[in-house]
Amino acid sequence: MTEKLLRTSPGAVAALALVAATAWAQPTPVAAAKVDRVDQCVACHSDLDGRLGDPVKALRQKDDVHGQHGISCANCHGGDPSQETMAAMDPAKGFVAVPKRQDIPRLCGKCHSDAAFMKQFDPAERTDQESEYSTSVHGKRLKQGDQKVAVCTSCHGFHGVKAVKNSTAPVYPLQVAETCGSCHANPGYMQSYGIPTDQLAKWKASVHGEAMLKKQDLSAPTCNDCHGNHGAAPPSVASVANVCGTCHVRQADLFQKSPHAKPFQALGNGACVQCHSNHEIQHPSDEMLGVGKQSVCVDCHFEGTSSYKAAAAMSGGIGGLAAQIRGAGQILQKAANDGMEVSRSQFDLREAENQLINARVLIHSFAPGQVEAAVKPGLEIARKANQAGLVALSDFQFRRKGLAVSLLFIAIAVAAIFLKLRQIERRQTSSS
Amino acid sequence: MKAPGGGNPLEWLEDRLGLEPVLKLVEKKTVPIHRHTIWYYLGGMTLFLFVTQVVTGILLLLYYRPSSDTAYESVQFIMGQVSFGWLVRSIHSWSANLMIGTLFIHMFSVFLTKAYRPPRELTWISGAFLLFLALTFGFSGYLLPWNKVSFFATRVGTQIAGVVPGIGTFLLRFLRGGDDVTGATLTRFYGFHVAILPALTTVFLGVHVWLVQKQGMSLPPGEDERRMKTMKFIPNFLLRDAMGWLLALGLLAALSALFPWELGQKADPFAPAPAGIKPEWYFLFLFQTLKYIPAKVAFIDGDVLGVLVIGAAAALWVFVPFLDRQAARGEKSPAFTAIGWALIVYIVGMTLVGYFT
Repeated sequence: MTEKLLRTSPGAVAALALVAATAWAQPTPVAAAKVDRVDQCVACHSDLDGRLGDPVKALRQKDDVHGQHGISCANCHGGDPSQETMAAMDPAKGFVAVPKRQDIPRLCGKCHSDAAFMKQFDPAERTDQESEYSTSVHGKRLKQGDQKVAVCTSCHGFHGVKAVKNSTAPVYPLQVAETCGSCHANPGYMQSYGIPTDQLAKWKASVHGEAMLKKQDLSAPTCNDCHGNHGAAPPSVASVANVCGTCHVRQADLFQKSPHAKPFQALGNGACVQCHSNHEIQHPSDEMLGVGKQSVCVDCHFEGTSSYKAAAAMSGGIGGLAAQIRGAGQILQKAANDGMEVSRSQFDLREAENQLINARVLIHSFAPGQVEAAVKPGLEIARKANQAGLVALSDFQFRRKGLAVSLLFIAIAVAAIFLKLRQIERRQTSSS
Repeated sequence: MKAPGGGNPLEWLEDRLGLEPVLKLVEKKTVPIHRHTIWYYLGGMTLFLFVTQVVTGILLLLYYRPSSDTAYESVQFIMGQVSFGWLVRSIHSWSANLMIGTLFIHMFSVFLTKAYRPPRELTWISGAFLLFLALTFGFSGYLLPWNKVSFFATRVGTQIAGVVPGIGTFLLRFLRGGDDVTGATLTRFYGFHVAILPALTTVFLGVHVWLVQKQGMSLPPGEDERRMKTMKFIPNFLLRDAMGWLLALGLLAALSALFPWELGQKADPFAPAPAGIKPEWYFLFLFQTLKYIPAKVAFIDGDVLGVLVIGAAAALWVFVPFLDRQAARGEKSPAFTAIGWALIVYIVGMTLVGYFT
C-alpha cells in the first residue's frame, strides 16, 4: 500500500517529511544500537498515529531486519536523531522526507554494497545487488527516467523490511511470483511496455508452480530462478538451455551436444522452450515424443523423413518399456495383494524404472541408439519381474489347491479317528 | 525285531529304563467327564502349537541369518525362494499367535475352575512362568525379521523396560545390547529366542506336564468325584486331543495359505517411526493401560507407576494359589471368580480399544 502511495500520491506522502530522515547522501552505516534509547525520531513518532506513527511500529516489529540490527530512521532519511525538536529534520543535515525513486538503489546500496559494513551482520552476505540491478531491465530503464520500473523497495518494501529467509517476506520463494506479478500481471500497469501479463497465471498452472505452491517445494523455480532477481532480465535464446540447465543439468548437456543445438540457435528458437514452453511448462509426458497427436516432434519433422522415423523409434522404445514396467508392476502388485512375497522383484523393477528415466533423459540427445541402449536392459529387467509375478500368481493357485488337498486329508484323518473312537467307546460300554 | 543279545526289544528297553511305573500311571490315568471337560483340551492344544513352533523354528534356523545386514534378506529368501519356506514361516508365526491365544484361554479356564487349588500350586506357578516365557518368545521373535514395524515396536517395548525403577537403565542396555536398538539387539534377541528361552521353557514345561500327569485332572469345585463319569486318558482323551490337533493343523494350513505372514519393509534406523505404531495384539492391553495412566500421578511418573502396577499384578497372579484361601479349603471363592471375569473383560476390552484406535 505504501508503495502505491509513493507511486500515486507523492504530495500526500510528503507529510512523511515530518517523520524521517536520510543520510544517504552522507550515509552513516551504524553499528547496532538500542533504537529507542537515543533515537528522537522514534521517541516522537511513537506518540503519533497513522502514517506518521506506522514506520516506528514497523521498525519495532520483531521481524524488521533493520530494526533487529539497530538501523533506524536517520540511516535512510538522514537528519539528526539526537535533536528533540523539529531541528532533527533539518535538510541541512541531510534530511530527506521521501527519497526519490531513482535514488533508491543508491540509497540502499550505501549499506548493502559496502562489504565491510555488511560483514558485521553476516559474513556471507552478498553486496553485489546494486551493481546487478544496474544491468537489469529495471535498472537500465530507471536510468533512462522510467519511474514505473521496480526498485529495491518495490520488492522488499521499505518500512518493516523482512529478511529474505523470513517466510512472510515478499521475496521469500513462496511469495516471489506474486511479488513480481503485482506489476507484471497487472495489464493496466504494464500496458505501456507491450509485454504479456499472463506469466504469473501460466507459471501457477505449470509443473514448477505446482511444485512450489502445492507441494511447498522451495527448490522449485520461481521467477527469479530463471530471470535473476536484482539483475532481472529475460534469458536470451542462446542462454535458455543454460538457464534450464542450472537444474536440469544432464538434459541441457545432452541438448548442447545434440544435432538440435546449432539449428535451434540459428533459427532463433529457444532451446528447451521450443518443446516445453517457458512459463507454463507442463509435466513432460511420453506422448510429447514420437509422431502422435500430442507429439512436439511433428511440429518440425514431417512424415517420410529419417528424423520422423527416429522420433517414432525412440517413442516406441520408451513407450514399450513404460508399458512393460506397468504390466509387471500390476502383476507383482496382484501377487503381493494375494499375500505372495514378491518384494525382491518389486525392488528389482525399480531398476527398470531407473532405466526408463534414463532413457527419457537421453531423448535430449535425439540419438535413437542411445535411447535404445537404455531401454534394452530395462526391458530385460521388466521381463524378469513380469515372469516372477506370473510365477507368484501360479504359486498362489498351487497353494490354494494344495490347501484343499491337505484339508481333505485332515478331514479324512479326523473322521477316521472319530469312527475309531466311537468303536472303542462302544466296546468299552459293552464290556463294562 | 530282536534286541541286542536276542531278547524282546521292549523287555530289553524296560530292563534299562524302568518305565513300567510311568506306563502304568498313564494307562490307569482317567479324565473326568463333566460340563467343563472341554477346557482340559486347551493345555494339549497349547502344547501342540508349541511343538509346531519348535519344528518350524528349527527349519527356519537352516536359512535365517541373524544380523542387521542379512536378517531381512534371509527371511525374504525364505518366503520367496526356499521351497515351502513361506509355509514354514507362516505356520511358525500363525502358531505363535494361536498359541498365545490358547495359552490365555487355558490359563483363565484353570483360574475360573480353581484348578490351582492344593496340591496343584506348583502346576499353576510353572504355568504362569510358561506364560511369561511365551510372551518373551513373542517379543524376541517379533524383531527377528528386522522389518520396520518390528524395529520400532522393539524400540518402544525396550523403552518401557527402561523405566523400571532402579534397574531400568541396566535392563534397557541389557536388552538392546547398547543404548539403541541395533544389530546388537537383533543378535541378542536371536540368542534369547533360539537358546535361552527354549532351554527355560523345556524345564518349566517338563515340570508342568509331569505335574499334570502325576496329579491328574483337577475337578472344578462342586463336582462330586464319586459320581463322576470318567474316560481313559489313553486312548479316549488322547484320540480326542489328536482330533483337535489335526483341526488346528488344518487351521494353520488355511491361515498360512490364504494369509501368508507378511514381511513388510526392511528396518531403517534413521527413518522416522511410523505413525500409530502398536505392539502385537497380546501386548495391546498392557500398552493401552500405560497410555491411559497420566504423565504424573502424585510424585511418581505415570510410566513408572504403570510398570510397577503391572509388575505387581503379575507377581500376585503367580501367587494366586496362596491368596485364594477359600478355594484352598475346597470352598467357593466368588471374589476370585469375579476378579477372573473382570480381568477377562479388561483384557478383551483394552485389546479391542487398542486395536481399533
